[in-house]
Amino acid sequence: MFWNRKMETLKGDELTRLQLKRLSWTIAQASKVPFYRKRLNNAGITPSDVRSIDDIGKLPFTVKGDLREGYPFGFFSVPLNRVIRIHTTSGTTGKPTVVGYTRRDLENWSELIARNMTMIGLKEGDVFQNMVNYGLFTGGLGFHYGAEKIGLTVIPSATGNTKRQIEMINDFGVTSIHCTPSYALHIAEVAEEIGVELPTLKFGIFGAEAWSEAMRRELERRLKLTAFDSYGLSEMYGPGVAFECPEGDGLHIWHDMYLVEIIDPATGERLGEGESGEMVITPLVKEAMPLIRYRTGDITKLMADGCACGRGQKIGRITGRSDDMLVIRGINVFPSQIEHVLRSLPEVGEQFMVYIDRIKYLDEMTIEVEMKKEYFHGELEDLSKIQHRITDALKDVLGLRTNVRLVEPGSLPRFEGKARRVIDRRESKL
Amino acid sequence: MNQIEHYLIKQISIFSENRPGRLAAIAQAMQEERINILAFSIAEADGFGVVRALVDHSERAYHKLTDMGFMVSFTDVIAVRMRDEPGGLYEIARILGDANINIEYAYAYTGKDAAVLILRVNNARDAIATLLKRNVTLMESSFFK
Amino acid sequence: MKCWDPRIEEIPKEELHRLQYRLLKTLVYKLYSLSDFYHRRMKEAGVHPDDIRTLEDVQKLPFMYKSDLRDHYPDRLFTVPQEELVRYHVSSGTTGKPTVVGYTQRDIENWTNSLARALVSCGLGRGDVIQVSYGYGLFTGGLGLHYGAERIGATVIPTSTGNTERQIELMMDLKATAIACTPSYLLHIGEVAEKMGVSIKNDTRLRAAILGAEPWSERMRNRIQEWLGVKAYDIYGTSELYGPLFTECHEQQGIHIWGDLALVEIIDPETNAPLPAGERGELTMTVLQKEALPIVRFRIGDITTMRDDVCACGRTHPRITRIEGRVDDMLIIRGINVFPSQIEHTLMGIPEVGREFQIVVDRKAELDSLLVRVELTHEAFSDRIKDLMNIRKKVAERLQSALLVNAEVELVEPGTLPRFEGKAKRVVDRRKL
Repeated sequence: MFWNRKMETLKGDELTRLQLKRLSWTIAQASKVPFYRKRLNNAGITPSDVRSIDDIGKLPFTVKGDLREGYPFGFFSVPLNRVIRIHTTSGTTGKPTVVGYTRRDLENWSELIARNMTMIGLKEGDVFQNMVNYGLFTGGLGFHYGAEKIGLTVIPSATGNTKRQIEMINDFGVTSIHCTPSYALHIAEVAEEIGVELPTLKFGIFGAEAWSEAMRRELERRLKLTAFDSYGLSEMYGPGVAFECPEGDGLHIWHDMYLVEIIDPATGERLGEGESGEMVITPLVKEAMPLIRYRTGDITKLMADGCACGRGQKIGRITGRSDDMLVIRGINVFPSQIEHVLRSLPEVGEQFMVYIDRIKYLDEMTIEVEMKKEYFHGELEDLSKIQHRITDALKDVLGLRTNVRLVEPGSLPRFEGKARRVIDRRESKL
Repeated sequence: MNQIEHYLIKQISIFSENRPGRLAAIAQAMQEERINILAFSIAEADGFGVVRALVDHSERAYHKLTDMGFMVSFTDVIAVRMRDEPGGLYEIARILGDANINIEYAYAYTGKDAAVLILRVNNARDAIATLLKRNVTLMESSFFK
Repeated sequence: MKCWDPRIEEIPKEELHRLQYRLLKTLVYKLYSLSDFYHRRMKEAGVHPDDIRTLEDVQKLPFMYKSDLRDHYPDRLFTVPQEELVRYHVSSGTTGKPTVVGYTQRDIENWTNSLARALVSCGLGRGDVIQVSYGYGLFTGGLGLHYGAERIGATVIPTSTGNTERQIELMMDLKATAIACTPSYLLHIGEVAEKMGVSIKNDTRLRAAILGAEPWSERMRNRIQEWLGVKAYDIYGTSELYGPLFTECHEQQGIHIWGDLALVEIIDPETNAPLPAGERGELTMTVLQKEALPIVRFRIGDITTMRDDVCACGRTHPRITRIEGRVDDMLIIRGINVFPSQIEHTLMGIPEVGREFQIVVDRKAELDSLLVRVELTHEAFSDRIKDLMNIRKKVAERLQSALLVNAEVELVEPGTLPRFEGKAKRVVDRRKL
């Protein structure tokens, strides 16, 4: 099934012409942003210099750190009164990355989600439980708007309270769910524990963290549904950028809205079809916040064209990151953020260690810190207060609950040269 | 009775709210019953605590406090006679550590002739056997009656 | 912009009454033929749609109570097939099962329009940056305000609840001009801001606050307005009526109830008799254009007064005054409805605690706190602090899961909680509004 057959199946010259037209619009839009105006000037490029899609290679990359410089509105290309939504996503240090949307952006984004959900077979009459965070996180509202657009019955259940989530799946005859793959396994686990079956489920949309084929088999066996991989990032609107069709074997990325390149993360050189590298995206219709050659940090490859469903060229499933970003329960965390938080707390020393485990299918992050001697007064309650303070400060910045352990001063490893403070003990990160 | 059982000592533990007067109520009850408290500790959490004690008439103390509405339980602990000089505690702790026995909590008192360490461990019987093997003196439960 | 929809907001009173009558009559006919529940209720009350000949005849219709929603869980009061629903919201019920509200596309439209009118009447519009700090998800506050604010073309920051320091940073950095949240949360924001060295009044662009989901007072309004330098507007609505729905206008003289969407009555809770404008009683509402879950003469349980004169702003619709209390024992904690019966129900399912309990509600640093004091059973007592902490954690988690609000749990010695003969007074509410 198609939501927008023409755009979803656009190929060859027709697609290239559309991409080129939209690319020069995007460059013009970007040149309203001082950051890009300066960059384009320095490179001596005007929108009219881009005569073919390949000319994009002349433009410099944009990296996440650039967005930090522009905080908060430095990357907006329209006046604030045309921005009707703001989302934020984790930045590399203390301040978040701000993403803005015009009304047309929200329509484009909902259109993407509507295409994805229709592609896998969802339609009016289906009941959809959206088990991801709403609010500043793009996953909740993004899927909510798309699902509402195609007329699904949406339960905005958000996260948490697993037993209640299971109860609602049965009480409302839910046919489709959206959550992180690890949370889906947790649901399966709890349902089995309390002896409840979920017979109405047919479709599982899983994203916000990378997952493996083994995990797919387990999800499909235990929840008796078909699992689909969903890819996106807030800088590109949010979820919905690429999505699996029922044929599987890679994700369709919507070429009328995104121009995809795969590069060697070390050299920046463009790689060919089938070669694994970092995905670089230039959005073609983003109005409030255009970006040029944005380095996603995600490792994937372009697949051979020709999916049986008739849609365009796919990308492979994400196999890793080119930087040190961690994904914990669907939330992006940079070790630099943790360091930033701990440095701001006088009670703890400079050393820390981060351990990531998967316990009962859920990611758990444990942070060991050394407490400074002068803050210990011999009361158990003092220790637990300091522990809470650290946990709260981390929650504020990371948006994530962590386990904080106070350890004796001097007991954490000291590093000479490059510190290896993060130990990821999840059995398979994918 | 197995020899080891002689060294298992019945400690009473009392649930108490963290507010003024609760300890006095417990102590007063002991006085009324003419029960002697031989060793004693309080563990605090926020809002409540657990009072732990070795007394000379544990059954009577149990009944008295239960009748007063307190929540009381018995826990097996062991009492080790330590050398009352530097290194005394280290010796005991090392023996248990080497045997991989975990000390969950401990309290101690220094008497006329020796220091006594009261221990709650994850496996009391193993701890007793290990300590006896290493010639450490344990107090028998009859000592506290 | 003065009015979002001046044609309806400034409609002459007689015309409004004619419109209301027409909508009521249509609704009653529809329900009599489509809804088993309303058909049965109307039969029992001996009333037929033909008996509704004037607007006042609404009084012939039977009342509807929260228990009716519970008894027909989850969707047996719905009058449209599930395919037509685009949304469910779920709020806590009086005991184990929650209250479920379904929405058609048109329901969402009406809800959104109602809030668009309301927000514009508070002087907001395009160019405003509105921070929505109500909870998103199953709770109606977040998504409701979000859709309304988006409709009028404002920039919406969907911050949802929690993480107060981050909320303040975003308020400053993104230059928010308005915030929607509970009044106590705004006061809490003010306090935390001061600790951070930020004055909401001088260091932010905040000028309006849309406050509701819990009772508050004129005293709190004055404090908020003076201290934080914002105009504070009262907003009203419950999930059964879509969600938050109506606000005061910039005159701040009562909450405008859009007459084309809802018909208000004030009822004497003792005698069930309708009360005239100006008299205090229980708010009772009929939602005139609701599709998925019709609401007729719903006894909300909130105590207020109605006034029917034309507002100085020119809007002709009736107004209600600030909610003054409840007719039942429902508590509102941080915007969430909590019934003592839910707490009892939850505790009964935990073998480690006894049957006696006490609920202490307080306001600390401007935030509601809920303390549940329970007695341990003798069997559950352990000498290990860790075991006791685990029991306490388990009780707190079960309560959180049932109430959707954080409860602090205190383990107390057996026999120390007050015992009651007859009706138990287990709630101690120490909040001063």
